[in-house]
Amino acid sequence: MNGQLTFHFDVDGSDFTSAGQASVQVKKDLRQLGLSPEIIRRVSIAMYEGEINMVIHAGGGTADVVVTEEEIEIILTDHGPGIRDIAQAMQEGFSTAPDNIRSLGFGAGMGLPNMKRYTDHMDIQSEVGVGTVVTMRVSIPK
Amino acid sequence: MKIGTIQELLHAELLCCEEELNREVFSACGSDMMSDVLAYVKDQAVLLTGLVNPQVIRTAEMMDMKCIVFVRSKRPNSEMIALARDSGIVLLATEMRLYEACGILYSNGLVGNKVAT
Repeated sequence: MNGQLTFHFDVDGSDFTSAGQASVQVKKDLRQLGLSPEIIRRVSIAMYEGEINMVIHAGGGTADVVVTEEEIEIILTDHGPGIRDIAQAMQEGFSTAPDNIRSLGFGAGMGLPNMKRYTDHMDIQSEVGVGTVVTMRVSIPK
Repeated sequence: MKIGTIQELLHAELLCCEEELNREVFSACGSDMMSDVLAYVKDQAVLLTGLVNPQVIRTAEMMDMKCIVFVRSKRPNSEMIALARDSGIVLLATEMRLYEACGILYSNGLVGNKVAT
């Protein structure tokens, strides 16, 4: 692969049942590039959790995926309420998701910790009332 | 254990992907909380759950799972079945409760894995 490949998705925030469509598509695209199943799984789980977060908390947003020979970068951007205390949000089990989301199988406070667990690098830039940008990277072993 | 054997042991109805019934699977997990499945499950091919919404199918797809068993007579809708068929994930539905279904599979040799760390 020469250069880089980019994928862009608009994540619809109005319908929880459709959340994750971008991640499913990215998984298919990465398979076509012949990357290892383990790398694909880590990228798609991290992106899926991020997508779910954007739908639950921020009314949707955008997802950009950049694939180079060295790494896969996922940038999730939303214009939601922002994260007031990032350190607290990173704690396993801490969640501000409403009860109806828990009844759908999410909102256990595992999303952000999972995203960190499955990626080699994660950075959160967030401003209350403005929005959040989450950047994650997964290295591709030589 | 073959997925077809899971269907027999749980007296389950097959909802899609009959062509995958001969596939061998080696471990399973039971949960209604998809966040936990995404956090703790590793290399488990079968998900048993009482939760019914499209995120169950997508979670299984993300985890490279091969089969979902809906317990307590829960039935996925046609949209969910289409999603699963698209990904080659076998869908089964049983009247058994989660505890009973997991117990039967476990005692017949389909064990869980250690929690991933």
